Amino acid sequence: MARGGFAQWGNDLYTGRRSYPIIQRRGLWFSIVALFSAASILVLVFQGLNLGIDFRGGSEFTVSGASTTDEDVALEAVASVAPDEEPHVSTVGADSVRVQTTQLDNQQTDQVGEALAEAYGVEASEVTSNFIGPTWGQSVSMRALWGTVAFVVAAAVFMAIYFRAWRMSVAAIVAMLADVLISAGVYAVIDWEVTPSTIIGFLTILGFSLYDKMVVFDKVRENTVAVTEQTRSTYGERANLAVNQTLVRSINTSVVALLPVAGILFVGGFLLGAGTLKDISLSLFVGIAAGALSSLFLATPLDVALREREPKIAAHTKKVMDLRAGLVAEGADESVLAAAASGSAQLVPGHHQGHSAQPRRRR
Amino acid sequence: MLLTILTILLPFGALLAGWQFDGKSSDNPDGASLAPGLALDLQGGTQVILQAVTSDGSEITPEAMEEAIGVIRQRVDANGVSEAEIAAQGERQIVVEIPGEVDDETVALISQAAQMKFRPVLTIGNPTAQPSADPSASGDAAAGSDGEAANREGAGDVAAANEPTKKEIAEQEKAIESATDPSDLAQITPSVQAAFDALDCTDPKNREGGGGDHPGRLLVTCDQTGAAKYILGPVEVDGTDLNSATSGLQPGPNGTVTNEWGVNLDFNSEGTVKFRETTERLTPLEPPRNQFAIVLDGLVVSAPSSNDPITNGQASITGSFTRDTAATLANQLSFGSLPLTFDVQGQNTISATLGSEQLQRGLFAGLIGLALVVVYSLFQYRTLGLLTVASLVVAAAMTYVVIALLSWGMGYRLSLPGVAGLIVAIGFTADSFIVYFERIRDELRDGRSLRLAVQRGWSRARRTIYAAKAVNLLSAVILYFMTVGGVRGFAFTLGLTTIIDVMVVIWFTHPVMEIISKVPFFRDGHKASGLSPDRLDAAPYRGAGRFAGPKPDAAVPADAAAPGRERELVSAQSVPPAPRVAEDGRRMTIAERRAAERKAAAEAAQNEEKH
Repeated sequence: MARGGFAQWGNDLYTGRRSYPIIQRRGLWFSIVALFSAASILVLVFQGLNLGIDFRGGSEFTVSGASTTDEDVALEAVASVAPDEEPHVSTVGADSVRVQTTQLDNQQTDQVGEALAEAYGVEASEVTSNFIGPTWGQSVSMRALWGTVAFVVAAAVFMAIYFRAWRMSVAAIVAMLADVLISAGVYAVIDWEVTPSTIIGFLTILGFSLYDKMVVFDKVRENTVAVTEQTRSTYGERANLAVNQTLVRSINTSVVALLPVAGILFVGGFLLGAGTLKDISLSLFVGIAAGALSSLFLATPLDVALREREPKIAAHTKKVMDLRAGLVAEGADESVLAAAASGSAQLVPGHHQGHSAQPRRRR
Repeated sequence: MLLTILTILLPFGALLAGWQFDGKSSDNPDGASLAPGLALDLQGGTQVILQAVTSDGSEITPEAMEEAIGVIRQRVDANGVSEAEIAAQGERQIVVEIPGEVDDETVALISQAAQMKFRPVLTIGNPTAQPSADPSASGDAAAGSDGEAANREGAGDVAAANEPTKKEIAEQEKAIESATDPSDLAQITPSVQAAFDALDCTDPKNREGGGGDHPGRLLVTCDQTGAAKYILGPVEVDGTDLNSATSGLQPGPNGTVTNEWGVNLDFNSEGTVKFRETTERLTPLEPPRNQFAIVLDGLVVSAPSSNDPITNGQASITGSFTRDTAATLANQLSFGSLPLTFDVQGQNTISATLGSEQLQRGLFAGLIGLALVVVYSLFQYRTLGLLTVASLVVAAAMTYVVIALLSWGMGYRLSLPGVAGLIVAIGFTADSFIVYFERIRDELRDGRSLRLAVQRGWSRARRTIYAAKAVNLLSAVILYFMTVGGVRGFAFTLGLTTIIDVMVVIWFTHPVMEIISKVPFFRDGHKASGLSPDRLDAAPYRGAGRFAGPKPDAAVPADAAAPGRERELVSAQSVPPAPRVAEDGRRMTIAERRAAERKAAAEAAQNEEKH
């Protein structure tokens, strides 16, 4: 990078002196997203999500009159029988310990009961086992699902009205769904247990993804507000300039949002062994990264692809291209073409300013 | 400005006042505390085990259990954002876990069936049992009514020994069928009369209530306080016909507000019609048959006499209510009754479901991440980064205070998903500042002075920030009202942080930015200010087509070196950079620069063609 490093790079992006052809290469991004989405669907269909106790219910063991209420003892006891389990252990009252696991078969249930009795130094009869239903049952899931659907529809309507272009809102929603799908796919591949925290994490991704798309699209809107009133650059080129101009902001925002989550995931989850936070931090980490990337590489190109089908924009694009072809045929200065195509010559047609151009009257 | 400062400081003051005057202590668990309340997963709480019992021998189906869980969840949720966990255990138990200490009021809220029915009064009697004329009859006639308190409580009670025999039920149903209306005294069969005579309402056992009274039959039961006993006709209006129920002080006869608490009922259209028909029929009758009894879980709450037909579907219940019991009943009625009756079987404290030690490690890791955020923003925005950090600190302090206030005021509890929401909120909040700063930089790049850049940058950034935050707020509001449990808590946190974020940007970040844009260090673009024209490539306009730029001699070598080095990084579409200083060392005008750029581009194109 040239002098001034990141700041200089930002300057070049802003002026259009340096420009990455993000919109122009949209076929590439679309195929990458399609590939990841297809892989995610395959993983979700064939492997599925590993739903935890809160969703499926499971077995509950209660140890009464335990000599100690140390929770690690129970974790070890369960691990000795079923190493894959991640039991929930809590102390009930003064000297009882409650251990919840996913549904075990009869033999395992007996073994876990014995192991717990031994670990806590009580008679086997002091350990009772029972079936516990899901705290996050079907009805809770349905409510959450409908709430999410309502919110996405409302957000889509809001965006369509705000940008005055339903295609923009469709692009944003499709990109957001792709983010959530890919995040879920990554979660399924890693095969960690899905907990209510994970679901909350996915909802957060949804919110963040839409938020980020709003910010990027607002820049696109700003750059293309009078696009049909000039003939130097097309809608796609203006949008590309917007993506380039917002690149610095996107990088800064994602870094700032990812740093705390990454801290919890990598330092907390892997180095210090804080297992209870790893589910939510993983879903957040993947989701935020995907959300920020897709605003630039999926949502905006998708928007351009859709908007170029709009008759007004299509006619304008054709007009600009024809003019440009005419210029080339006339042997015009190629640099003019290059400047126009990169969007660097950001012309906003002048207009009469009326009173606002006059000096303010002194009082 | 003063208003702004007041708005920011107000929550702090409120919290301090609350802490001073309504401090949290062991005998005042709902008091204010400087630390926000934590939810079940972080702090633990109380576990209440409810055992389903049936009074009329009906079966406990999984569907009924599911429905009961739903109703209990709504009742708990309506009480605040405390995120209780509710699950079925085995076939006929429900485990409710509630953060913190649980008082009797809450246990009553979740465990009472709250089946409310309106029945016409047929007879009122003194609460004590009357010696029956025929002692042998009282034994088997015990329960002409079914399912009421007397029957269930059993042992030792004269009236409750036996279930009504089929013959008696048939006899009674025949009597009801042949009756002209539900107030007809002919409905009282000898067995019902016997049960009524035997019922002793001074015995507290008979006043424990319980649901499951058959709506189509007569009911023999006690007043809640034990002051009277009744024979009541079949159900005329059901509690399910209610639109809503609210609690409040009852108005007196001449429009004044008394200090008697009651529950106001609002019937739906069907209920309104039924209620009107009932009161129209009852009004002309002689006492006590002009009374209708409001029966809650098999006990009479009150039995007002009907003086005028009620046609608007509005009614109120008064009785021996306190503010809390009235609120509880209103809450229960609003969400419908439990399909089953539950006994509280056990109440135990439980520890946090997530290991607290692990949580601390996780949060420590989060702090490391936060420190990195500070380092990064200082690297990106130099001294200006301090404003980001300061704004984040202000936002964090406000969030903390508001959460502490809410955990005092409406029982908000911070859960792990809540904490996660707060951590992600760092990203959302910081983004507002980043959008704002980037806009200011863009304006500076266009050659505006810092004061103007701040002004214009703000008006452009504001629009983006509002629009994006509106989407967040929309999602928070919709999720809050449409979902239950943990998702609701998350939505609440999201909405809260969004509002605080916008407040901080408008009332802290922007005013401070305006102030520091007048400080020479920033205004003149010191190298470390993060706003130096040099770094931003800005060329402040000096008039007459000239730009005041950095010293030419400093710029020349850098610019001269630039094209060669940049060439390989520049992508296909880029325009080669042009020199910004003319041969005579003067800074070029825009037109001159553009011309030079075009020339350079043309040359580059030619070169490429040659190769």
